[in-house]
Order: sequence, then C-alpha cells, then structure tokens
Amino acid sequence: MCVAVPMKIKRIKDDKGVVEIGGTERGVSFKLLRDVQVGDYVIVHAGFAIQKLDEKEALETLKLFKELEQYS
Amino acid sequence: MKYIDEFRNKEAARTIINSIRRETGEKQITFMEVCGTHTMSIARFGIQEVLPKNIRLISGPGCPVCVTPNHYIDHAVALSRREDVIITTFGDMMKVPGSSSSLEKEHIKGNDIRVVGSTLEALHIAEKNSKKNVVFLGVGFETTVPTVAASLMQAQSEKLNNYSVLSAHKTMPEAMKALSQGDVNIDIFICPGHVSTITGTKFYYSLVEEFGIGCVVSGFELLDILQSILMGVKQVVQNDLKVENQYTRAVKAEGNPRALETIYEVMEPSDAVWRGLGVIPDSGLAIKEEYSSWNTEKRINVDIEDTVEPKGCICGQILQGKKIPPQCKHFGTDCVPDNPIGACMVSSEGACAAYFKYKVQ
Amino acid sequence: MADSDQNIIRLAHGGGGSLTNQLIKDLFLRYFDNEYLKKLNDSAILQSSFSQFAFTTDSFVVSPLFFPGGDIGKLSVCGTVNDLCVSGAKPLYLSIGLIIEEGFSIKELERIVKSIKDTAQEAGVLVVTGDTKVVEHGKADGVFINTTGVGAIEKSIPVTGSRAQSGDKVIISGPIGSHGMSVITSRENFGFHSRIKSDVAPLNGLVNTMLEITEEIHVMRDATRGGVATVLNEIADQSGVSIVLDEEKIPVNEDVRGACEILGFDPLYTANEGVLVACVGAEDAEELVKAMQKHPYGKKSSIAGSVKDDSPGRLSLKTTIGSHRVLDMQTGEQLPRIC
Repeated sequence: MCVAVPMKIKRIKDDKGVVEIGGTERGVSFKLLRDVQVGDYVIVHAGFAIQKLDEKEALETLKLFKELEQYS
Repeated sequence: MKYIDEFRNKEAARTIINSIRRETGEKQITFMEVCGTHTMSIARFGIQEVLPKNIRLISGPGCPVCVTPNHYIDHAVALSRREDVIITTFGDMMKVPGSSSSLEKEHIKGNDIRVVGSTLEALHIAEKNSKKNVVFLGVGFETTVPTVAASLMQAQSEKLNNYSVLSAHKTMPEAMKALSQGDVNIDIFICPGHVSTITGTKFYYSLVEEFGIGCVVSGFELLDILQSILMGVKQVVQNDLKVENQYTRAVKAEGNPRALETIYEVMEPSDAVWRGLGVIPDSGLAIKEEYSSWNTEKRINVDIEDTVEPKGCICGQILQGKKIPPQCKHFGTDCVPDNPIGACMVSSEGACAAYFKYKVQ
Repeated sequence: MADSDQNIIRLAHGGGGSLTNQLIKDLFLRYFDNEYLKKLNDSAILQSSFSQFAFTTDSFVVSPLFFPGGDIGKLSVCGTVNDLCVSGAKPLYLSIGLIIEEGFSIKELERIVKSIKDTAQEAGVLVVTGDTKVVEHGKADGVFINTTGVGAIEKSIPVTGSRAQSGDKVIISGPIGSHGMSVITSRENFGFHSRIKSDVAPLNGLVNTMLEITEEIHVMRDATRGGVATVLNEIADQSGVSIVLDEEKIPVNEDVRGACEILGFDPLYTANEGVLVACVGAEDAEELVKAMQKHPYGKKSSIAGSVKDDSPGRLSLKTTIGSHRVLDMQTGEQLPRIC
C-alpha cells in the first residue's frame, strides 16, 4: 500500500525541505523524521520523509545477491 | 536512480531465481503478501511466471482502498454534495464504487473534489478557502497514517478550523492475525516493507509463535521480493520459521518512533469494518476526542444513503486469498477497471485490477 | 491576467468589429506574414500540383498554458503537423482557431502567437487562415486552440494503422512520457520544484529522413495522449497482430522515471508530443534507426519491439527477467496514487 520512493535530500530548513530523484525535485515535510542532513537518502511517502535509508545495510543486501552467484 | 536501479539488476535476479528453484524442490509453498504495492510490484515485474509452479503467491487485503467499505464511499459522496465542502483525496479513491455513485462520478457532476498527493496540499487548500469545509479522506495503513496525523496536529496548532479528516484508517497487525486464523493455509507472510518502516518488526513475532507462519519483511524492488521469497522458501524447507527482515536498508526493528508518537497523539485504536472481512476489533484508528474539532464525523452532518452491497461480488473472498479473480462471475465481463463493481477492481493494486491489467498468463 | 484595460482581451475582440480588426492587424498579421493571410478573405485559396491530400484537425486545451519546452501555441502546431507527416504527407498549410477567455493578457497571447509562428516556421508550414472568438470569463481556461492542417501526399506510401505485419520491428523515436510529466510537474499542486521538459516537436523532418531510407514503413503513428502503450494497442488491434515490447529497449529519461515513481505513473501510458512509433520491415530496422539517431528529434531512437501473429490485438511487455505482462488499453487518465 505504499508508493514510497528513495529520494536524496537537497535542502532542509526546520521541518521542511526539498528532495530529489532522477533530477526531479519535490517539496517534502520532515515532521516525521529528524536527525537527517543534506545528502542523506530518505523514503518519501505522500509528501513526508518517513525513514532514512541506511547505505551500509543497502550495500550488505546487494552483497548478499552477489554471494548467491557462487552457488549457482 | 540510487536505491532503485541496483535493486532491479537482472543478472542478480536470475541468480536468485535459480537459487529459489534449487531450494524449493518439490515442496508446495504458499506466500501471502498483504500490501497492495507488493501485489503491483509482483505483477509488474512478472515474478509469478518465473517461479517454480509449486510456489504460490496470493494477495491478502493489503490494499486500503479495497478494504474500505461501501459505507465510507457513500459518506464521502454525501459530503461532496454539500456546497460548502471541498473533498480532498488521494487519487486511489476516485473510482471506487459506493452504493450508487463514486467520487469520480460526483466530480463529473461538478462537485468540488480534488486529488492531492499529500495532506500538506489539503491543508494548503484549506488555508486558501477559509469559507469552505475541507475534508480529507483518510485512507491507508500505518505508512500513511502519520502523515494524516501530522496534518491534524498542524491544523490544531495553526487553528485551521475548516480542515477535517474522515478517518477510515486501518492497521495491519490485527488484520494479519485474522488472516492467520482464517481458512487459507499460509506458510509465509511477505510483510509490508513500508508499513514496517513505521511500526518496526516486533508484531510479526506473535504470528510465528501463535500461528506458525514465517514472516519476511520485504522491500518492493525486484530483487527485494525475489530475495524475500528465497528467504521464505529456506524457512519452510529447513523448518525454521521466524521473523526475518529483508528490507534492512529501510526497516529498523523499532520502526520510526516519532511517526508512531504522532499517530497515537492524534488517534486511538478502534474497531473497523473491512470490506469482505467484516469487523475486526482494534484494527482501525479513530480520531481522539481532543481532536474532534478536526474530525469530520463530529463536525459535519450529512444524510448517508443505505449501504447496498453489489450482488455476486466476491471481493471479500478474494481479499482473503480464498479465491482468485477469474473465479468471480463478474470478473472481466461486467466488472472491469472502467466500470468496476467491487473495490478489488478499482484500486490499482486490487488483486482484480492487477490480474486484469497484467493478465497473469 | 494584466491590469489595465488596454492589455487584456475583451469580448469585443471576438465580435468581428474594430477591436477584432485591430487584433488581426496588430498581432496576427505581424507574425503570420504571408500572401494568403494578408488577403484577409473568408477563405484562403490554395493551389498545388499534388492530387492526394492529407487533412487533419486537433484541438488543444492544455493546462498550464506554458510549460518547460513549450506552450499551447507550439503544441497546437506540432500536434497537427505530426498527424500529417506520420500519414506520409508533407505538411503545407494550417488554420488556427482561437477561443480566448475574456480578461486574458494580450502579452501572453502574443507569446503564444509568436510560438505558433516559430514552430510553423521550423515545420515549414504556413498559417493561412484563422478565427478568434472570445468567451466570458471562466468559460475557457485561458485559451483553447484548434488547428486544422493540410498536407500533400508525395510518395504513395500508405502508412495506415492496419499494415503492421508479423516479423516487423517496432521503433520508438525518443524518450517517452516527457510531455505528460512536464505538464503535471508544472501544475501548482503536487509540490514539484523542478520541471521536466516537454518533448513537443514537429516531426516532419525526422519522417523525411526515415522515408529516404526505406519505403517499407508499414505503420507510423505519433504517440500522444495515453502514451506509447495506447497507440501500439490501437495498431495491434487495427492490424490484427500482437506486439511484444522489450522493456530494456524502451527509452525513458531519468527525470521522467523519477517523477513517475513519485506519483505512481507508468511512462508507457504517459503523454508524448514529439515521439512517433513505427512498424517497419525487419531488414530495414537497423539502418533506419541509425539514420534517425542522427536527427535532433530522433537521437534516442530504438528498436523496442517486434510484431507477431499470435494473439491478435494484444500488446505485451517482456520484462528484464524474461517474463511477460500484457499492456492493456488504459482506462481513463492516470491519477497520482499513494497505494
């Protein structure tokens, strides 16, 4: 039920900001997510940032896909 | 696009698919996903087709639009007919059929109904139209609820007294429990990744313990879903049912505490009617007394027509995964996306719409 | 809307009297300076040595009127020029019918008229006749435009929708979905900060390039409302064939993909105004695409699919993992969704 997109933070001021994906920018609210900064990637749903994306975990997940190749 | 493209890599996909084939063997395994966006992603990437035949993917009631009862639509329709009301809604609701009309039909008649992408836009409309009552149709699960709750907090703090929400919000845990006790034999739940970014993963443990159903919290990209299926297969084959988080880059065990606080600042659990499933206790969210000035139900009176359920519509059974769309006598003939009878056909993620659109071969 | 009375369109501008004449002389004749329009007769009298003509009409109601990459004026010329050239015709003459809302800024009207002129010039067509009506405030969303065009059929290449054959290759001439997403990101709601550029362009130059390479172009259509998926469905239906698209070969710009992800849209069903699709004989496809890629409006041309004879009328997509999904005719417009 959740069209939510990973977007990069371009600007933040208080609890509002601008995020970007593929070059398209959109205004977003950070009311539900503090402790983020410009350059971070966040999941955006219905105009709100709802969670920060953990790059380390993302790389781990991608690594897991690669590891499967050894067994195939 | 970062965090999207690398999770759609086709070589990696083939590798995972081969692993799935190898691990599954002959075992019959049934997965249920309960998130409409998962339904759509599975159909869009064509995942069922590449899986071995003994893996079955069924759709549960994960589409908040589909499980919204006729009565709610009728209520929204009645509100829209008032001259002093502007209805603001996510696009998903526009075509859902009520007992005798739909928001789209009312819009065509000239009633003021506006599609928004966020409650922030609805607040903006309320600011610009101080003489009108702006009603936001609050539909959606835990991913969406915090955004609606935040809008109510903002309306209260800014004394934006012409804004209100008509809540039909629902929560996943009780629904998943109900499904676990139902007739359909589920081996693994593919758990909703974005709901989980808010709620965290604690709840799913009770599904494993009480009902013996394994849980994999899954992301939405091609590789996420494939990996989640592989993880689920391994759980079943190794007889090691547990809660696993595939979507670690976005889901933390504790979820998003701030978002959860926001929800429960404004709302509280209530019983809710799920189309096709009936009343599930504590599965809905109602606006608290302190916020009743911004609760459409408490603020605006309208006469709502008597609810009429469409004859022969088996949305309820489809929502529970008991039947598949082609088994409905209306499917594809008098129930089509252009002219839907039941909500499963309307919502872009409804099982019937996904089936119809992508015509699973 | 402008402030003083002098700068806005009034009902009298459409009344046929002195204000209308003033508008024609001060604005239209200034930009459309050709022998036909100058005569200011009720009809333009045209002559040609061609015996077969293509004739088409289109109306334009886009909102907002101005968007990155174009405006309603440019759109109104390209829409009709493209319908003519994909029919195998050389676009020659256009008529312009304007329905303007009372109170509309004359300065903005001039911007639109200049745009029509510039685009007509690029396409090599003449605006030979026109009409202006003014309606009350609130009845026209700024301005509505109708253009009707005439083109001459030079080569006798029938490029109707019913000639796609099994074995043909499907070519898409450029990145899809740009126009639709440009318009939607330009609307005040939805909170977009950046604007995607529309692909609106006159394609007759590109079509000429194609026709010089081969005459084995069985179908050519410009993909407008409803996107590439809609027009290919129509072709599959008219020709009684099935078409399979290869997801990896469909050109889409990053910014369009991003905006589509945000709103839950599918680029395949999103409007274009500068993209054509063609079904061509397999032996010519490679050479054709290479030539198209040399043209400014065909740089991202791609062989994106093939025509088969099983399941007539069906359009499907082969995904990156090799599975297939059917691309049905869209039911109504795409709406931004959260689910």
